[in-house]
Amino acid sequence: MGKKITPAKACTYIVLTLWALTTLYPFVWVILNSFRQRGLIRKDSFSIPLPGSGFTMENYEKAMDRFDFGNAYLSSLIVSVSVTIVVVILAGLAAYGLMRYRFRLRGACYSLIMAGMMFPVFSTIIPVFRMEAAWGIASSGNRWLSLLAVILPQIAGNLCFAIIVLMGFIESVPIELEESAYVDGCHVFQVYFHIIIPAARSSFATVAIFSFLWSYNDLFTQNFFLRVPKEKTITLLLNEISSQAGVDYGLMAASVVLIVIPVLAVYVMLQKHIIKGLTAGAVKG
Amino acid sequence: MNSSSTLYKRKGPLVVFLVPAFLFLILYLYYPFVQNIINSFSDISGLGSASQGLNDPWYANYAALFNDSKLRTALGNTVILTICTVVFQVGIALILALLVDSIRVGAQLFRTLYFFPIVISATALGLMFNLIFLYPSGMLNQLLMNLGLISEGIDWKSQNHFMATMLTPVMWQYVGFYFVILVTGLNNISPDLYEAAALDGCVGLSKVRYITLPLLRSVLCTCLVLAITGALKVFDLPWVMFGPGMPLDQGWLTGTYMYDQTFNRGNVDYGSAIAMLIVVLGVVLSNIANRVFKPRNDL
Repeated sequence: MGKKITPAKACTYIVLTLWALTTLYPFVWVILNSFRQRGLIRKDSFSIPLPGSGFTMENYEKAMDRFDFGNAYLSSLIVSVSVTIVVVILAGLAAYGLMRYRFRLRGACYSLIMAGMMFPVFSTIIPVFRMEAAWGIASSGNRWLSLLAVILPQIAGNLCFAIIVLMGFIESVPIELEESAYVDGCHVFQVYFHIIIPAARSSFATVAIFSFLWSYNDLFTQNFFLRVPKEKTITLLLNEISSQAGVDYGLMAASVVLIVIPVLAVYVMLQKHIIKGLTAGAVKG
Repeated sequence: MNSSSTLYKRKGPLVVFLVPAFLFLILYLYYPFVQNIINSFSDISGLGSASQGLNDPWYANYAALFNDSKLRTALGNTVILTICTVVFQVGIALILALLVDSIRVGAQLFRTLYFFPIVISATALGLMFNLIFLYPSGMLNQLLMNLGLISEGIDWKSQNHFMATMLTPVMWQYVGFYFVILVTGLNNISPDLYEAAALDGCVGLSKVRYITLPLLRSVLCTCLVLAITGALKVFDLPWVMFGPGMPLDQGWLTGTYMYDQTFNRGNVDYGSAIAMLIVVLGVVLSNIANRVFKPRNDL
């Protein structure tokens, strides 16, 4: 094929670029307007705010000043990192066991995991809340216990997806590798840590990234367990800002940017793993 | 794969592999789910309060489902959402995937850009769309006025426009998800098949019709099931943008209605019944989709 641009090819690129604009431009627009002086957003929101013609840092100063972003980032990080670590460890072990062993309840276990993906979180949250309240971790007034009360159900919520994705990958690890390691005298746990984990590394990365993002972005569970202001995570803080900011659209735009930045950083650094890993799991499952 | 090798003959370690994960799932998914079924038949007046025994009659909540006009609105809206999701989300994703599959330069960039909205929280997106649809002078109204298409701002959340305003962000966000799944499915189709087809004079649209789509069928089916179950569970984006049932109780979805009944009205047992309805609908609809679209194994 030559390098000539055919009309069909040009159309292809135009359509693709148009859709790319719809996913990219709204974010660019919000970022631009977060630097715009108050009041100008409603008149002229499309120009680039330059120093001297509407540029300001005031929105960010106000957001940082009026709301406790530092504490909220800390809460979010504690929750999401804990969820990610536990999900990766438990899902890896379970996926390996389910994929490699043949046992009587294997089919039942697999069906249970598939069914677990179907339950909407609203159908489990009330009993979970009552259970945790009875144990004394939910609504105890202690920040760390409240965070734990969010972490535990989020782990369960992410486990099923993680197990399914990891099973798909572990299946593709050649079993001969494991057998030869066994012949060399490796214990089954050594096989898991020295063969399976390195071989399926990128899928572990995928599962970790998605657990982190879903936990960080989740509004429903967090909203339910974290009621006290000092416990609030970043998602809850944004929800609160949206109800308090009123007509201060610059403040809203700045807050949106502040919550999106960590996610954006993770995405740009790791997007290769995100897309590759997800699809392998989804198509097989 | 042949049945388990010698390495996996001894089942002892299996306990270590499976028990921790299943302990979590039993405690936090299966037990609460069963409890939820029981709750839906019980009489519970508030979030913290204990059950006061079974309802009289025990199916009272399920009977009430049939006479609830707001729930009917919610179901209607959810059905519209599901249809739009299947047609537009999967449809747009399919077109984009076919186009990206036909180019080489920039394919990776488009993937990255299309997938991006999915990693952003619904709270942030909801707030962003609130700014975009703002009345009277959000981004969309300003754009349309600058283009001279309208003379004054449209209230996008009014009764006449709310459905489009509610559905567009939900659909827009997840197009990239199905796009990425479909692109992967396309990459798995062997290039030999295309070459053989090209020799037989099968190119362009007929190639898509006779080679690509039939081979993509099982992936499309996966997308359909995910789209249907996903649509039934939609909650946070409409909730952040519209709140409870705006405008005028016409904007309910099954997810937002269930949340409102349970948490704002303390109608815990009725909320549990709605959650059951969502699960049952999800199972039934995705089974139908599977029956209709899933390729048979012998093909």
